[in-house]
Amino acid sequence: MVLNNTVAETLVPFEKVLETYDPAMGLEVHVELNTNTKMFCGCPTGFGAEPNTQVCPTCLGLPGAMPAVNRKAVESAIRIGLALNCEIAEWCRFARKNYFYPDMPKNFQTSQYDEPIAFNGYLDVEVEGETVRVEIERAHMEEDTGKSTHVGGATGRIHGADHSLVDYNRAGIPLIEIVTKPILGTAEKAPLVAKAYVSALRDLIVALGVSDARMDQGSIRADVNLSLAPKGSGTLGTRTETKNVNSLRSVERAVRFEMSRHAGILDAGGAILQETRHFHEDTATTSAGRPKSDAEDYRYFPEPDLVPVAPSREWVEELRGTLPEPPPVRRARLQAEWGFADLEMRDVVNAGATELIGATVAAGAAPQAARKWWTAEIARRANETGVELAEVGITPTQVAEVQALVDARTINDKLARQVFEGLYAGEGTPAEIVEKRGLALVSDDGPLIAAIDDALAAQPDVAEKIRGGNLGAAGAIIGAVMKATRGQADAARVRELLLEKLA
Amino acid sequence: MSWIHRTAAEQAAALAAGEVTSVELTQAHLDQIAATNDDLNSYLHVDAAGALAQAAASDARRLKGEPLHELDGVPIAIKDVLATHGLPTTAGSKILEGWVPPYDGTVVARIKAAGLPILGKTNMDEFAMGSSNENSAYGPVKNPWDHTCIPGGSGGGSAAAVAAFQAPLAIGSDTGGSIRQPGAMTGTVGVKPTYGSVSRYGVIALANSLDQLGPVTRTVLDSALLHELIGGHDPKDSTSVTTPVVGLVEAARQGAAGDLSGVRVGIVKELQGDAWSAPVVERFNESIEILKGLGAEVVEVSLPNFVHAMAAYYLILPAECSSNLAKFDAMRYGLRVTPEGDPSAEDVMRASRDAGFGDEVKRRILIGTYALSSGYYDAYYGQAQKIRTLIIEDFKKAFESVDVLVSPTAPTTAWSIGEKADDPLANYLQDLATIPANLAGVPGISIPSGLSADDGLPTGIQFLAPVLEDARLYRVGAALEAALTKQWGAPITAPAYAKEA
Repeated sequence: MVLNNTVAETLVPFEKVLETYDPAMGLEVHVELNTNTKMFCGCPTGFGAEPNTQVCPTCLGLPGAMPAVNRKAVESAIRIGLALNCEIAEWCRFARKNYFYPDMPKNFQTSQYDEPIAFNGYLDVEVEGETVRVEIERAHMEEDTGKSTHVGGATGRIHGADHSLVDYNRAGIPLIEIVTKPILGTAEKAPLVAKAYVSALRDLIVALGVSDARMDQGSIRADVNLSLAPKGSGTLGTRTETKNVNSLRSVERAVRFEMSRHAGILDAGGAILQETRHFHEDTATTSAGRPKSDAEDYRYFPEPDLVPVAPSREWVEELRGTLPEPPPVRRARLQAEWGFADLEMRDVVNAGATELIGATVAAGAAPQAARKWWTAEIARRANETGVELAEVGITPTQVAEVQALVDARTINDKLARQVFEGLYAGEGTPAEIVEKRGLALVSDDGPLIAAIDDALAAQPDVAEKIRGGNLGAAGAIIGAVMKATRGQADAARVRELLLEKLA
Repeated sequence: MSWIHRTAAEQAAALAAGEVTSVELTQAHLDQIAATNDDLNSYLHVDAAGALAQAAASDARRLKGEPLHELDGVPIAIKDVLATHGLPTTAGSKILEGWVPPYDGTVVARIKAAGLPILGKTNMDEFAMGSSNENSAYGPVKNPWDHTCIPGGSGGGSAAAVAAFQAPLAIGSDTGGSIRQPGAMTGTVGVKPTYGSVSRYGVIALANSLDQLGPVTRTVLDSALLHELIGGHDPKDSTSVTTPVVGLVEAARQGAAGDLSGVRVGIVKELQGDAWSAPVVERFNESIEILKGLGAEVVEVSLPNFVHAMAAYYLILPAECSSNLAKFDAMRYGLRVTPEGDPSAEDVMRASRDAGFGDEVKRRILIGTYALSSGYYDAYYGQAQKIRTLIIEDFKKAFESVDVLVSPTAPTTAWSIGEKADDPLANYLQDLATIPANLAGVPGISIPSGLSADDGLPTGIQFLAPVLEDARLYRVGAALEAALTKQWGAPITAPAYAKEA
């Protein structure tokens, strides 16, 4: 048997992998909690503050400083555990995970080891219309590390850098790590299941309101464990752990790539090296990180500075009462309420527009109208500018106001697009934009009748056809009127007036 | 009698009566430090300017008639294990040379809030590892009774400072006996409070589950006064108990009246035998007779798992300290040694740790790292924790039949500097009697029990009480102290320092 580093890495096409191998996955997702203060001290947790301005003796690990547990973080951990159908420990402890890491001021991480706060749960996820149950091993509490910047090198990596700067603002921010049991039997759906799981987990976290849930800012980070075993063997192969994958699409692509890469090595008679891997967004590939064996010795032992956490059953039940409607249940309910077709609802969910549509409907718009604006007009804008739908700069209230103008026939859909242009440019309220840009439909019949007369005169043959009962020909006249009024005529009214005239 | 020779309670009374100012008191102690510290090496850092400023502020408060803590204006020394804002804090180690904490430990904050001028930081075994103070990176402390002898450890500096009248009060830390054992060696009173009843926030941890801050004084009453001041719940220390620390001073005053009828005292069977030197046992037996004379009922009790305490302690302690000391990587504070050439960060860490940590510290880091490693955890650390549970059970059972337990504090009197320096095990054995209290979290007090007939050096007697029953120690301790003082005609003091300066 040869080690993989002596085997040229040939990628096996994804479909071919499944002819020979069964994939097994394990997903570890870190969720950064949105508590106001850190896990073990009272420092603030705001994102993007000046380096080392949100620190104290405790999160800097200064000699003598001691941790004290943030109750709000424990509360969030319990709520996450309950939402994942976990059992909540009656008694659990923090442990020290001893290892050296340049960003970690104590050189041990305060985490949970064999006594996590939540364990034995599951999350049902939808994959291509089928429900897959992902079993949860545990959800435990821990603290984040600081952040290094390596200065002076070409790559921004530590090698070749002149010096490194460390920002401890992130050190001590509360994290919940959610670990699945091995996910087996997914075959060709493995990449989709991985993506759907992280997506469903993110939805749940959003619904719980316990995290900003921003994958791009690292407030949710997924580690993807993957191994292949000979098809039908029922065994587990050697795994690799792809660290910090930070988009849903990347989760899917990381699984896909590692399956192809593992198969290439195994087919060539190589052995998979148990190691961590880095995922590269640009190429959708992974590269080797550090070797990691099962024997890696963190010398865990119970953290003597923290008393055990023993949430009372009353408190746990009280927190169970605060759980939101599960996102899939909520989606089904809203779909029925709004009368959306399955495909329409799927587009809404994929666009991340559920909450926005809900708010738009609440502001008075019809559901279909709200859906149309968010998943077409505004989604296009979000795509072009590369931001999330919620960050385009349009509020649900504004969308409802635009739709109200359409309903009142002040504008039509086409003119509404121009109103949105005005909103993007910050030109004021929808009504103000209509006013400023002079977008209002021509509501006075006089100019419309004049325009109809002109059009009929210009196209006498069409007028003849209409008079002869061919109402389908009316479109040509209406089109001409629209053109003459630069789109500001109400087409329906034009049609009415035309038919009246020819009656 | 000069001001420094009075007890803290007497100094406080004199301040209240306007017989002396805090500036005068503080200056008197600073003068004593200046005259004696070169010989004793008990202070690592003296803050004369800071102490005098705090003293002046105390005097001003008193003049204005503001409400004052009873000890306001009485100076104090602090073991260098506790973080003091703006004052160097080294834990007796080279690796922290020059480190000035940007914050106060909770006990320091309470001392400052009560208005006690802080004279300085006292010498100690490096990171509190030792029973003789010979492991300090800044040189050994001399015993005020005999400069050729050790003062006990790790709080030798605090004990020597109090014994030599350099301070009426000091803060010590006791992980396996580091307040009580040096108390016995220097003829001072030392208290290890119930675990969690005095905040550890700001204590440079040796072994977090064993460490406890406590008072070092010359009388039981002084310890009670200081203990009540520093004790009580602290939200910054999650192991801090919420039970208020009260009634200790009252218990000490009540005990001094000398009636112990109704008190059941248990002599620990396992803390007798060959390990205990004859002069120590002689003074101990004398004290037991006095206790009986005061009305106490004395019985022998067995705590069978005490024989394993030492072994458990020397697994739990190194395990915790190996983790605690990992933060000293020379990158952020303290000593940095940069080797020649083009060293990597790891090279700098290696060189700094090699130069910054002493032999005993390195020994315990290695033992602890080994004891926690995978495959050995269950055999060592796990077993040690089981023994710890058994010892807790032993205490519970014993306290069903007695109110306090008693033993000699240390097996011998102070020995010569260098005598046991190459024999770590011989040093470890000095804490035989004190360690069980740390494993179980129960409180303990050591008070002087007289002088050895062999070498004329002090011996100590230790009382232990159930968790949160610290007041019993003050009652029994004060009663015995009063009777012994009466018998001796005066409190025992180091002869060379008892005279007027």
